[in-house]
Amino acid sequence: MTTVETCCYHCGEACENNERWLDDKPFCCEGCKLVFELLNNNGLCAYYQLNGQPGAPQRTPVRADKFAFLEDEKIQQQLIQFRNNTHTHVTFYIPQIHCSSCLWLLEHLHRLDAGVQRVTVNFARKEAQVIFQEPQTSLRKVAELLTSIGYEPYISLQDLQHKKPGINRQLIYQLGVAGFCFGNIMLLSFPEYFSGNGDIDTHLFRYLNLALSLPVFLYSAQAFYRSAWGGLKHGFMNIDVPIVLAIFVTFARSLADIATGSGAGYFDALTGIVFFMLAGRALQDKTYQGLSFDRDYTSYFPIAVTVVKGGKQLPIALPDIREGDILLIHNNELVPADGMLIQGNALIDYSFVTGEADPVPCQAGDIIYAGGRQLDGNIQLHTIKPVAQSYLTSLWNRQELQQQTHRETSFIHLLGRYFTWGVLGIAVLTAAWWAWHDPARIWPSVTAILIIACPCALLLASSFTGGHILRILSRHRLYLRNANAIERLAATDHIVFDKTGTLTDKHNTTVIFNGPPLTHAESMLAAALAAQSTHPLSQAVRSFCGNSGLPVQQFRQVTGMGIAGVVNGEHIRLGNAAFTGAGENTAGGSVVHFSVNGQVRGYFSMQNGYRKGIPGLLMQLRKKYALTVLSGDNAREEKQLRKLMGNDAALCFSQQPQDKLDHILALQKQGYKVLMIGDGLNDAGALKQSNTGISLTEDSNNFTPASDGILEARQLPLLPFYIQLCKACKRIILTSFVFSLVYNFTGLFFAVQGRLSPLTAAVLMPASSISIILITWGLSMLAGKRLHRKALQLGADEDQPFT
Amino acid sequence: MSVIILLLGASLTVGLIFLAAFCWAVRSGQFEDDYSPAHRILFDEQPEDQHL
Repeated sequence: MTTVETCCYHCGEACENNERWLDDKPFCCEGCKLVFELLNNNGLCAYYQLNGQPGAPQRTPVRADKFAFLEDEKIQQQLIQFRNNTHTHVTFYIPQIHCSSCLWLLEHLHRLDAGVQRVTVNFARKEAQVIFQEPQTSLRKVAELLTSIGYEPYISLQDLQHKKPGINRQLIYQLGVAGFCFGNIMLLSFPEYFSGNGDIDTHLFRYLNLALSLPVFLYSAQAFYRSAWGGLKHGFMNIDVPIVLAIFVTFARSLADIATGSGAGYFDALTGIVFFMLAGRALQDKTYQGLSFDRDYTSYFPIAVTVVKGGKQLPIALPDIREGDILLIHNNELVPADGMLIQGNALIDYSFVTGEADPVPCQAGDIIYAGGRQLDGNIQLHTIKPVAQSYLTSLWNRQELQQQTHRETSFIHLLGRYFTWGVLGIAVLTAAWWAWHDPARIWPSVTAILIIACPCALLLASSFTGGHILRILSRHRLYLRNANAIERLAATDHIVFDKTGTLTDKHNTTVIFNGPPLTHAESMLAAALAAQSTHPLSQAVRSFCGNSGLPVQQFRQVTGMGIAGVVNGEHIRLGNAAFTGAGENTAGGSVVHFSVNGQVRGYFSMQNGYRKGIPGLLMQLRKKYALTVLSGDNAREEKQLRKLMGNDAALCFSQQPQDKLDHILALQKQGYKVLMIGDGLNDAGALKQSNTGISLTEDSNNFTPASDGILEARQLPLLPFYIQLCKACKRIILTSFVFSLVYNFTGLFFAVQGRLSPLTAAVLMPASSISIILITWGLSMLAGKRLHRKALQLGADEDQPFT
Repeated sequence: MSVIILLLGASLTVGLIFLAAFCWAVRSGQFEDDYSPAHRILFDEQPEDQHL
């Protein structure tokens, strides 16, 4: 073996045994090599020139008939968007799309299949729209072609059941209209302000301004009317209520001024403020098109499954599976419906559904629940419950997950309310004063006060700051659902972790050999035997022992027990205690005993390793927050966890999804603001119930349960700094609000005297808006820099984010 | 005065044209994917039989 690390020409992963070469280029696996050959033979190697190593590893081959279900007419109808005699349109979601090479290759698909007419990639949504011609090619062939070049389309049950919602563009139109009207009204107001003593007849300009303000008043400002009305209907006065009041008063006053000919009205201030507030809202509402915060189990399930009927294998759409159907589950596939095992070696990984770390071996006759993943070859199941009634589905449809939990309201609304009462107080006092001295000035002064003192500065500050903070967080791979989540995250005082897949890394199994140290020769024996089996434990043993080319004779595999064979004339056994004669198993967890010629040498134990940086993270969090671990797994790692979490932390094991939810509820009753961090379906209830729920993901493609935020798993050690940034958010809003009060008081000074001229308002309003925008931007960047520095310190890398 | 009316009409028309252009750009999805069009234009069309 060479020690120089070579990187695969296709995917850039290390080539372990350094033996696959083609055209002087190294490849890590047969799959990568095949893709290269295909592209090279079709003159598509520009793929590799645009970006180095642009592919995804192709280690796990895709089963040949995986897309057979695409020949089913009914499934086709659901997926195909448009079809006529000459062409067919279909859009695939392809999670692997990540660089310009992907874009180039996919859009040159017609070179690989003449039946494909055009491919258009939407990079943000990671979708490719394929237009192809039947019968030159077919839906199945296109999907298989994409798979063969390493871009397997992801087709889930969700595609069958409901179409993706369209993007809401109304806010953008409203913003555009407001911007147009605001700009023109400003321009048309100039003659009014600077014409001097009536050299120009300004009536025409006044009516034009009125006409231009109508689209803003009637269309653009609808966003605020709706939100204010929605709040009032629920008996809640949100910040949009005083803003709508101010918009109405400004419009009425301006209308009255023009009608009586006493002034030009405040149309520029009115449209300007609506424009700025809409801009803030658009910034804050930026959505991550590549992510979904509301996924349910349907996006986790495949669209079709193989059913064995009369000796034939037919792909059947999942909703059509009936009780009594025989399902064929291939290696590494998801079990889509509860069923009884009738054939094959079942080894089911339930970690996603229950949080148990170890795969469960099952015997013929055992019930296998939907949501588990088969790990050891093909099996056949007798369906006992259709998909809609399976265990997993019922977990999802439970009452507490469906109901909307009431969440506390933002401090913005509260502050806005005080502010409004203050303004109304001033208005009443002013009115009283003028009623005494000069009743004619009540109307101009009171309306002016309401115009100048609307809490729009507060709304602007909060929406711009929220937008900036969301963007900074997303740059560091924490994607929050909306700006409300920032405030809730900032209020956190109790953090609850899931263990399996959250604190530990499912892909990072550490193997320890317990017993007298193995000699090199012994390692080679174990490795040779283990290499014969695809069982995950065998694979773990093999990767621990190294590569061995020794031949194995008399290999046999006993389901649920272990494997045996003769290597170099020695009788080797790997398996459980009974199989190897090791006596009672005391270790717990996943262990593989090892015996040579009937002599037990010891056992390999496997543990999920903790993620990088976790000990440091917990050490830090411990000082500031109460911590809890809720694990669906058994208690075998309690000691280790206790050491990491400290003595005050609560550690709960063997927790069912319901227990997790109840635990969160109990914590909330004690007055804690709970942040839950989890990854699996078993955490779904807890994530929803907690004040903030963040789900971890290894990459964007992974299924994440519904939550307030999605965090890339390797960024978890940055958690305290995310919370710090969220806390800064409130400070920034308050700072800029206090600053804007200066403008408000200046305006009030004129307003209470009834001397607020349209020009003063036209200067004050945009000036205060723009300074708020600048202040929030500057302060957010400053706060973001701190997070960025920490991220660099922690060695978290900074490449292209995945939205 | 009539010159001003003429100018007003012209300036508002230009503004409206831009508003219409903006609405068209939003409707055709130009603000939704800012990555693919920017990169697509940089790809050179290459002869089909280019091998490495």
